[in-house]
Amino acid sequence: MEKFTIVTSTAIPLDVENIDTDQIIPARFLKATNKEGFGENAFRDWRYDNFGNQNDQCILNQKIYTGSILIAGNNFGCGSSREHAAWALTGYGFKVIVSSFFADIFKGNALNNSLLPIEISPEFLKRIMELVKVKPTTQLRIDLENQTIAVVAESLQESFDIDLYKKACMIQGYDDIDFLLSKKKAIEQFEFSKI
Amino acid sequence: MKKTLFDKVWDSHVVQSIQHGPDILYIDTHLIHEVTSPQAFNELEKRGIKIMRPDKIIATADHNTPTINQHLPIQDALSRRQLEQLADNCHKHGITLYELGHKYNGIVHVIAPELGITQPGTTLVCGDSHTSTHGAFGAIAFGIGTSQVAQVFASQCVLLAKPKSLRITINGNLHPGVLAKDVILYIISQLGTNAGTGYFCEFAGDVFKNMTMESRMTVCNMSIEMGARGGMIAPDETTYKYIEDRKFAPKGELYAEKVAYWKTLPTDKGALFDKEYYFDAAEIQPMLTYGTNPGMGIKINDTIPKKRDASFKKALKYMDFKAGECLLEKPINYVFIGSCTNSRIEDFRVAAQYIKGRQKASNVTAWLVPGSKQVEAQIHEEGLSRIFEDAGFQLRQPGCSACLAMNADKIPKNEYCVSTSNRNFEGRQGQGARTILASPLMAAATAIEGKIVDITKQLN
Ligand code: SF4
Repeated sequence: MEKFTIVTSTAIPLDVENIDTDQIIPARFLKATNKEGFGENAFRDWRYDNFGNQNDQCILNQKIYTGSILIAGNNFGCGSSREHAAWALTGYGFKVIVSSFFADIFKGNALNNSLLPIEISPEFLKRIMELVKVKPTTQLRIDLENQTIAVVAESLQESFDIDLYKKACMIQGYDDIDFLLSKKKAIEQFEFSKI
Repeated sequence: MKKTLFDKVWDSHVVQSIQHGPDILYIDTHLIHEVTSPQAFNELEKRGIKIMRPDKIIATADHNTPTINQHLPIQDALSRRQLEQLADNCHKHGITLYELGHKYNGIVHVIAPELGITQPGTTLVCGDSHTSTHGAFGAIAFGIGTSQVAQVFASQCVLLAKPKSLRITINGNLHPGVLAKDVILYIISQLGTNAGTGYFCEFAGDVFKNMTMESRMTVCNMSIEMGARGGMIAPDETTYKYIEDRKFAPKGELYAEKVAYWKTLPTDKGALFDKEYYFDAAEIQPMLTYGTNPGMGIKINDTIPKKRDASFKKALKYMDFKAGECLLEKPINYVFIGSCTNSRIEDFRVAAQYIKGRQKASNVTAWLVPGSKQVEAQIHEEGLSRIFEDAGFQLRQPGCSACLAMNADKIPKNEYCVSTSNRNFEGRQGQGARTILASPLMAAATAIEGKIVDITKQLN
């Protein structure tokens, strides 16, 4: 897994609540048997119409907004457990998703793919959403070690929570499989005594 | 210490707790299917890791399978490849696979209970969010992502912080025509789609005690739609009887031993929950959704509420409904009875009972998709297939079908579909399709009338 420390980038303000995994990656694109290529179909039905024409209304298609940070409305990632949603977002180029609330399974899937879900207060979300909308060159700085998200040019900052185990995994580029394999003995003993 | 059902099952499966981190939770049963497993198999191969307990894995093909002509080669090349890869992977690793056409094939959450694989007091995972279905047996069952599928392959464990506990109690008697689907749609309409986030939910009270296992599965299936990781119902006589004599059920003395253990599982009197909600059964009516998440539901005679927020407006625009409008008398051209929420024999019996002697409206395309080969066989044995065919319904072959429209079963753009599935997200049943979630009884009535009708009037 890729190591994650500090990300400084402009952001894309996707001001929609309850973005579900069917929007992030529609089911008809789940037929692949590897993890590649999902990025081009991220938010497919928002970015293109049925005939494949680009929808210029969609913020993701507006060239003034760029960056590896996605700012989204409350309750991001609800719905299916499909990890393809996380692959679509990383494939599209995102490293961080900022929202005021994430669905459980999505959050876990994101963390397992070096995609950092940052939960901030609704007030702070509103502030940065507006800032970025009005001024697309606004730079945000995410510092995982210190658990902070800041607007670079202004003294605007908030800290965020993250499970300490997951934080260590992200920073060291270490994943759950490595960890679980290191516990193999204890697992086998457990099986032997309990099951 | 007094413990909840959830505590008892969770605590007995913790291998180790990591300080300031998750628990290592041992998994008894791992279900897999063609869509969320290939990348996990690849990952293991890449790292040269062996599957730890292939004997604890059961595989089926369901998400991406055609529901007609299953005996013919699959037309869509990508879908075919996914199924071939599943078969290869299972073969290579010695995993039991009920592939397309097998007498035990079907939707993963329908086949495991009907084969007696799902049992009380166990932990069960699958790369699919509706794994919560199996909680109906008093199991801890939840959906996982593909990375976690790989973790379970490698270690038979998942890493998860223990969720908080929530209990929903409903006492009293349900009105005629109110089914399990209405109960869960009602709960979600009251609590919203993220009330359960971070929680495991127990359903308690008369209403759930009096339910059949199949109805309990419908309820637990949709607990994920209120954000909960899973739902659970305490095992009781109904549970034991359902499991007895099924293919993988414990037999003889072992069964008696298991039942004795299962009896220790229900929540202790006085055990504390982090959050509790109470509802009255008499309040519940047949339900319909009008929006683009399962929390946007109303009682059949109610009008769509008037709200101002942007996401509410966006949903109504997508559905082409107006605030304050009533859904009764809306013409409907598509009806889907199927999905892991409502594709068991009980659901088809309810539908058949209503349909018998009536004719489907000519404007309606009505798909009936059984949850498994066994359910399909039962539909034929009980003579329900005759009733459906005489009335003009299409009985198709088992699979997820129009629930997620990954195969060819798609609802056309801008069309409404009254569906017994579990998600009404934008485009879920096809690009631009508009889903109205309802019970199998409501769906059957809609197909007959060609529009939404007040089923309660007919029943009285
Ligand atoms: S029927 Fe629908 S919800 Fe159930 S497993 Fe299949 S796709 Fe998922």
